[in-house]
Amino acid sequence: MDFLRPASWEEALAAKAEHPTAVPIAGGTDVMVEINFDHRRPEYLLDLNRIELLSEWEVGEENVRLGASVPYTRIMENLRAELPGLALASHTVASPQIRNRGGVGGNLGTASPAGDAHPALLAAGAEVEVESVRGSRFIPIDAFYTGVKRNALEPDELIKTVHIKKADGPQQYSKVGTRNAMVIAVCAFGLALHPETRTVRTGIGSAAPTPIRAKEAEAFLNAALEEGGFWDNGKIITPSIAKQFADLCSGAANPIDDVRGTAKYRRHAVGIMARRQLGWVWEQYRGTGRTLEGAA
Amino acid sequence: MAQNTRTVPAGTPTNVTQNHTKGGIGESTLRPDGTLKVTGEFAYSSDMWHEDMLWGQTLRSTVAHAEIVSIDVSEALAMSGVYAVLTYDDLPAETKNYGLEIQDTPVLAHGRVRHHGEPVALIAADHPETARRAAAKVRIEYKELPLVTDEASALAPDAPLIHEGRDDHHAGHVPHPNIVHRQPIVRGNVEEARKRADVIVEGEYVFGMQDQAFLGPESGLAVPAEDGGVDLYVATQWLHSDLRQIAPVLGLPEEKVRMTLSGVGGAFGGREDLSMQIHACLLALRTGKPVKIVYNRFESFFGHVHRHPAKLHYEHGATKDGKLTHLKARIVLDGGAYASASPAVVGNASSLGAGPYVVDDVEIEAVALYTNNPPCGAMRGFGAVQACFAYEAQMDKLAAKLGMDPVEFRQINAMEQGTLMPTGQVVDSPAPVAELLRRVKARPMPPERQWESAGEGADVRALPGGLSNTTHGEGVVRGVGYAVGIKNVGFSEGFDDYSTARVVLQVINGEPVAMVHTAMAEVGQGGVTVHAQIARTELGVTQVTIHPADTQVGSAGSTSASRQTYMTGGAVKNTCEAVREKVLEIGRRKNGSYHPAWATAELLLEGGKVVTDGGEVLATLADVLEGEDPIDLELEFRHRPTVPFDLVTGQGDGHVQYTFAAHRAVVEVDTELGLVKVVELATAQDVGKALNMLSVVGQIQGGTTQGLGVAVMEEIIVDPKTAKVRNPSFTDYLIPTILDTPTIPVDVLELADPNAPYGLRGLGEAPTLSSTPAVLAAIRNATGLELNKTPVRPEALTGTL
Amino acid sequence: MRVNFTVNGRPQEADDVWEGESLLYVLRERMGLPGSKNACEQGECGSCTVRLDGVPVCSCLVAAGQVEGRDVVTVEGLAEYAKERTEHGSCGTGACGTPLDAAKKWQAKPTQDSQTGEGVELSPIQQAFIDAGAVQCGFCTPGLLIAADELLERQSDPSDQDIREALSGNLCRCTGYEKILDAVRLAAARQGEAV
Repeated sequence: MDFLRPASWEEALAAKAEHPTAVPIAGGTDVMVEINFDHRRPEYLLDLNRIELLSEWEVGEENVRLGASVPYTRIMENLRAELPGLALASHTVASPQIRNRGGVGGNLGTASPAGDAHPALLAAGAEVEVESVRGSRFIPIDAFYTGVKRNALEPDELIKTVHIKKADGPQQYSKVGTRNAMVIAVCAFGLALHPETRTVRTGIGSAAPTPIRAKEAEAFLNAALEEGGFWDNGKIITPSIAKQFADLCSGAANPIDDVRGTAKYRRHAVGIMARRQLGWVWEQYRGTGRTLEGAA
Repeated sequence: MAQNTRTVPAGTPTNVTQNHTKGGIGESTLRPDGTLKVTGEFAYSSDMWHEDMLWGQTLRSTVAHAEIVSIDVSEALAMSGVYAVLTYDDLPAETKNYGLEIQDTPVLAHGRVRHHGEPVALIAADHPETARRAAAKVRIEYKELPLVTDEASALAPDAPLIHEGRDDHHAGHVPHPNIVHRQPIVRGNVEEARKRADVIVEGEYVFGMQDQAFLGPESGLAVPAEDGGVDLYVATQWLHSDLRQIAPVLGLPEEKVRMTLSGVGGAFGGREDLSMQIHACLLALRTGKPVKIVYNRFESFFGHVHRHPAKLHYEHGATKDGKLTHLKARIVLDGGAYASASPAVVGNASSLGAGPYVVDDVEIEAVALYTNNPPCGAMRGFGAVQACFAYEAQMDKLAAKLGMDPVEFRQINAMEQGTLMPTGQVVDSPAPVAELLRRVKARPMPPERQWESAGEGADVRALPGGLSNTTHGEGVVRGVGYAVGIKNVGFSEGFDDYSTARVVLQVINGEPVAMVHTAMAEVGQGGVTVHAQIARTELGVTQVTIHPADTQVGSAGSTSASRQTYMTGGAVKNTCEAVREKVLEIGRRKNGSYHPAWATAELLLEGGKVVTDGGEVLATLADVLEGEDPIDLELEFRHRPTVPFDLVTGQGDGHVQYTFAAHRAVVEVDTELGLVKVVELATAQDVGKALNMLSVVGQIQGGTTQGLGVAVMEEIIVDPKTAKVRNPSFTDYLIPTILDTPTIPVDVLELADPNAPYGLRGLGEAPTLSSTPAVLAAIRNATGLELNKTPVRPEALTGTL
Repeated sequence: MRVNFTVNGRPQEADDVWEGESLLYVLRERMGLPGSKNACEQGECGSCTVRLDGVPVCSCLVAAGQVEGRDVVTVEGLAEYAKERTEHGSCGTGACGTPLDAAKKWQAKPTQDSQTGEGVELSPIQQAFIDAGAVQCGFCTPGLLIAADELLERQSDPSDQDIREALSGNLCRCTGYEKILDAVRLAAARQGEAV
């Protein structure tokens, strides 16, 4: 094994170009587990800790430009207003120690369906800026996940920045685990209201081979909200709309039975989370929502 | 081979001296090892380090049941940095198996593996990574054999025998060779008693496989010695039991295997069996170099036995006025591939299977199976834990069917001093079962909807799901449940259970100092704290030195079965009393002629002085011992004898002492998502006499939490198709975090047992029994569901299994 | 490879480090600092928690090579670290480190006998853990101390829920956590009295 320690982004890209099998390591919260347990012996480890731009973020007009290695703790503390869904998701990541090290780039690089950030990114809308010595490109989050633990990166590319739409409305995020802290998702759900475009977006984690959106549910809810004039009149969403939305989210899931839970439970739980979150975001949208102590 | 120069490895334990003017029994004296533990200087077995040491690695089977067709180690052995690769063929002595009671466990697999993760080969190398790479190069060809995974497949006519040609002492009386041990308990006439019952309830209960999940992984250091022996530094629960199993396999006399207890990172039964002990010694003796083995968490799940999963069928009857008429129960424990503590688990499950209740007509049968599942053995409260889960569920069912309050129903049937156990043994010391229940019930309820207490929205940390933000109160229903349990203390069924303590009293720099030397495994329970307290109380000294535990002193027995304060505490007391007699003898010889009280009065040692029971000071200890050799005594201590249970009727005074605890669980369940938050887990327990209340409460809270864990999250999942463990990691075997653990108010009773030292009652296990059924009862109360299995998974609460 | 970094204020160097080694392994096996514990090596127990440039992290998940040139505080240096903080003001970033004089005096491996540590100067959280009975087997203790000390550095009077959240990455199998909560409350209270 070789340990590559580029001092700059350019050096990192050059190293990745020279050694496309090199495994990038930033927070180490995935890679080191695999090394400690002898599940993986990469030829090269490519340390990204020295590259400062990866740990920086910038709040722009429309987007937050989030460096791939910005620790979850920073997101929780600093970006709660701009990225409420991701901040909530960050708060559910593992433990304080892990949140101090891990970042969204790691979740995206590993592309595990159980990664906590994915549903929030899908719901908010995001683009992943990746780069290689050949140049950079923006991958829409919807096109990023290509299979179980597979993503759209080329072997010589590194994840640089995630461009996430600033919240223009309430966002929520929940995950189900069988412990009240430090738990991997049995399944997770994120929901974002986008009042500017009068649309909603969703994200489902750990309930399909890749993180997914419940597009049919989104379309249904978009239509139902429009039809009922809800965006303008701010009325309480009827239980039948909420139920249908929840059922469609549940139906969008394509989960498996595994050691963490049954497929049936996952589908069920996605529906419950969808229904509850719709209630929460809509309450917030109507201006009567209350903030959540300890929730982000 | 380079001869190792013997040096003392880093991390070798040394004497610890604690000076305390108060600090006799009954005081909440602080731990003598506390400072070392908070500064990081306390050396655990995995911290041991020796110049030039090698790293040992165990290669384990990847299948559960197979013939080993061939093993090729040549490629591994040829690797640079690899010093040895050992298989069964390299074992040096005639003895190649070990085991606590039945020596059925191969040190390294011989032609066949019987469970997933069984050790097959050992490697010693200059770095753990070298050892891992070498392990990957050992070629093993397996031919898989049919699996035995449950009672049906174990007892089928064509079932493969897990151990052929058994000749152990249970082989003769078991109905099938795939049954390790069977114990019936028969008393009265169940068929007749059933006729008196107004209501009968039946239940089938399933208890999942729990892991001890001690945090300090199996580890240790073996250092070869110039005399051909070996010095072994390990974390264990019983040094002498280890020694008895290790020495024959090494082909060494016991005195050439010198064991020292290293720091132990928790045990809970999981260190009763050997893990890396023999392996490290074999590698050290083969290479002539010190060898350290440290399991990682993955390997730890294969490196020790687990709590027996169990299927329990219970039938109870009761009269309209709430009196139990009869009990008929069958308890099937899965012992896995090797016997370990299975016979004793069967003994406890059967003899304690009726719980702390008066019931005259009883038929209980308990068996432990041999299967290809992971071996199961000791874990806190074994046998009694599984049974308590079932009989307490039955109590609630009966109460519900009779329309009675579940606590009152239990109180009506609660045993008390003088009650006959189903084994015919009289409970001859306090058994405050009804009182314990009364106390937990009388406690004020925790406030409702505490997640709203912040005043500004929901604090998700106080809700089911916690930080995962799954509910802000939606779907959340509160439930309350009660349970009580009975556990035996000490080794039962005729076992010659004893402990040894050596106490040295001498004057150092003008101060009397007592040294306590035992082989007791301090695993965190605070035995060393209590030993110092006993020495102070009995010898009137302030300074006590705790000698490291090793095999240079007689056996202390195991740190298990809630027995160590009773047994080694009792041994320390006993030896101190003999030392005191010596002091007084010397005093009489030196000073007897100066004061008549030396001959006539009852004399005590207090505050460093010899005093009369009237308080008159006769001499200082320093004066008495001046010019004398240190008083140095080593004595054994035994509890009252027990007898084996009759193999047909189960009758016999098999237990030493009984211990009781009760719990009230208050839970909040998100009924839609099936997530649980335990809000409070109140407990009451009789400890006879609290030698150190701080430690007592700590034990009770810790034991309670392990019971909570198995109620809602803990289970080793074994694939029934392959008998492989599916979740050997802390990612998928979950134990409670601080956010899963509620406040645990503890109510301690001290009703003395006249048979026990200071009247104390062993206490470590009882809280682990009743907390699980209390939590289950509370969840049933919240949801109205039957819930017959631990742990309660979200699927079971949402109908999505 | 060779790795240089500062541990408890003292420059350290490790040679022949295998590239897959964790910071935890280097501390324990190469620097004679086994105080940080190896309970799970997968970031699920917190027993290996150290401060890396002031931030609590699981040292089992930091590759040794990533620590080059950085600053690490382990349980062995906690008392000194806390003392520095008290004497020289808040040290949330960990940048204050240990002055060179103190660093020179610091011993990587205690040479004294394992006595009860009478006369040993402890940080308030260490003393509180002993006094409250929060230590049983003690294997989780070093990680908990680092995490709890950092909590009290940020928040002098945390609520019970804050304590629970801050310590939710540290498993303990012995105590049931109640006395750990007691210890943190006790340290906070003593800290409050001292101000």
